[in-house]
Amino acid sequence: MKNDEFIVVRLEEVHRESGDTTTLTIPYKLNSKPGQFVMLWLPGKGEKPISISGEKEGKFQVSVCAVGPFSEAVSKLKKGDKIGFRGPFGTHFKIPKDSTSLAMVGGGYGSAPLSYLAEEATAQGKKVYFIEGARTKARLLFTERMKQAGAEVLLCTDDGSEGPKCYSPDVLKTVLETHKIDKVFTCGPEIMMKKVAELSKEAKIRCEVSMERYMKCGIGICGQCCVDDIGLCLCTNGPIIPGDLALEIKEFGSYHRDSTGKKV
Amino acid sequence: MLSTELAGVKLKSPTVLASGILGVTGASLAAVAKAGAGAVTSKSISLQGRKGHPTPVIATYSQGMVNAVGLSNAGVDETLAEIEFAVKNAGAPVIASIFASTITEFGKVAGAVSQANPDIIEVNISCPNVEDEFGRPFACDPGIAAVVTKKVKKSTNIPIFVKLSPNVPNIAPIAKAVQNEGADGITAVNTVGPGMVINIEAAAPVLTNKVGGVSGPAIKPIAVKCVYEAYKATGLPIIGTGGVTTGRDAVEMIMAGASAAGIGTGVYYRGPEIFSKVSEEIQEFMDKEGYKSIDEMRGVAHEER
Ligand SMILES: Cc1cc2nc3c(=O)[nH]c(=O)nc-3n(C[C@H](O)[C@H](O)[C@@H](O)COP(=O)(O)OP(=O)(O)OC[C@H]3O[C@@H](n4cnc5c(N)ncnc54)[C@H](O)[C@@H]3O)c2cc1C
Ligand SMILES: Cc1cc2nc3c(=O)[nH]c(=O)nc-3n(C[C@H](O)[C@H](O)[C@H](O)COP(=O)(O)O)c2cc1C
Ligand code: FES
Repeated sequence: MKNDEFIVVRLEEVHRESGDTTTLTIPYKLNSKPGQFVMLWLPGKGEKPISISGEKEGKFQVSVCAVGPFSEAVSKLKKGDKIGFRGPFGTHFKIPKDSTSLAMVGGGYGSAPLSYLAEEATAQGKKVYFIEGARTKARLLFTERMKQAGAEVLLCTDDGSEGPKCYSPDVLKTVLETHKIDKVFTCGPEIMMKKVAELSKEAKIRCEVSMERYMKCGIGICGQCCVDDIGLCLCTNGPIIPGDLALEIKEFGSYHRDSTGKKV
Repeated sequence: MLSTELAGVKLKSPTVLASGILGVTGASLAAVAKAGAGAVTSKSISLQGRKGHPTPVIATYSQGMVNAVGLSNAGVDETLAEIEFAVKNAGAPVIASIFASTITEFGKVAGAVSQANPDIIEVNISCPNVEDEFGRPFACDPGIAAVVTKKVKKSTNIPIFVKLSPNVPNIAPIAKAVQNEGADGITAVNTVGPGMVINIEAAAPVLTNKVGGVSGPAIKPIAVKCVYEAYKATGLPIIGTGGVTTGRDAVEMIMAGASAAGIGTGVYYRGPEIFSKVSEEIQEFMDKEGYKSIDEMRGVAHEER
């Protein structure tokens, strides 16, 4: 019988990134694809959906941004501490075989799964424009990692402390106008992703977004992550969905539901 | 012919989405109906919103699942719009599941949810994973089960199905008690237990609530027996629920006396397509064995031979 039991292992490495983010290296061969997530479990502290931010050589990584009780507990973990997970769950980003140039637009911890994708793409010989925006320079994530992977990194900040003072969709707009891009990928704040999906649609370029909703089970049972009006269940049919489909989802960029199912 | 009837409500297929599975939003209920469910049941709704238990709330194991979602819901006022959406868009009967902690509240929620015009109201008196809060589930005492039924019946004109617990020595007197107070049907059963799953590397129970209701293939024989006893005692229409994953499982429920099979955990194993697949499998079985209708198969396991 199908069974997604928790696997519990000891952390191999804990790395502090910029902007309250901590990357955990977990020694386990998940066979994940970029965009998929795990349900991460800290006994006594709860369980949350977290994207996979890398996998190679029998180890995978997750990068967690401290925003509340669970993620703060994660940020206090040390090498050798035990961590539980089940997964990988959900859909993944798809790099078209016939593509040569890809654009990725990340914001916040959304850059984590995109970094994983960018590494796979450059390894396949694709040209990657990695666009990242943040409030300020200190909150930009994974820029060194992306440069090392061979991506062309384009940064912008709300306060102009790094790159131009603008939002990441503005940078994408310029990239789309000046380069031939085969596909756009985005993960981050929903207002940003909506803008990216709209820009891609206008430019008639394929696009994939990572749409997150409150998740409890991760396996298509509890119904917590289903979106209006099409009833799509995002833990199994998402989080990675085509941009055009996202634009059909009424709540995309406007509201979501909390842990009780109440619209917020 | 796969059509069946639940207290006058017509279903195209004898498969019903069980409460608590993909039932938080109206859009999701409608999507499951479109995937082939004969009827869909909402997550149980209470008067006030409830946060439910902290995660992890679901633990799978080799033979099924243990859950302690803890009846989280946004409260009846917020949820009315979800039920209305489902009623309007599902294209199949919609069952609104309700629960409460007092008799008076049961009446109030039933009255309130009726405004959304569901086809059936399912009265959940049997959730095992909120015992500490609510004391023994109402479904464990024929007297209390009867009072709840009477109250709900008085508060609405919509047919009511009372959802019973398998966690009793004998389900028959409880089934009889709710029938006497006017229940139009029975849903049997809710989850078994509670049970516990311990992760041995973490050396701790997986569920934060420690215990939860057991569902899935492991509980099917218990569910079939409960349906059999409830049918024998009442003859009421029954939604036979517990461990149904295949058409053959559904036929087993029907032969025990169910008019339709409820499916919950099965969605985990086979996705929302389980409803159309189970329907096809029931049809295949009927063709093979020469049954013409669901009604013809219903309760046949009771015949002495
Ligand atoms: C598919 C998916 C992938 C995710 N990937 C990452 C990631 O790579 N890195 C990362 O830092 N965060 C990720 N998140 C968000 C992460 O689950 C939450 O931020 C969670 O860790 C917050 O828990 P908390 O107790 O720290 O904060 P809380 O105070 O409980 O919540 C803070 C906010 O986080 C969100 N949140 C809380 N619980 C959940 C939940 N169960 N499901 C979805 N959102 C929730 C809500 O918007 C809430 O307002 C992802 C979410 C989803 C759905
Ligand atoms: C995750 C989950 C949540 C559930 N929530 C509810 C609920 O809110 N109300 C209810 O009456 N039953 C609830 N149940 C019980 C199911 O409706 C069903 O009676 C039980 O799981 C047995 O059927 P199954 O083996 O097909 O899952 C829940 C079950 C699961 C697995
Ligand atoms: S998180 Fe439970 S159905 Fe998606």
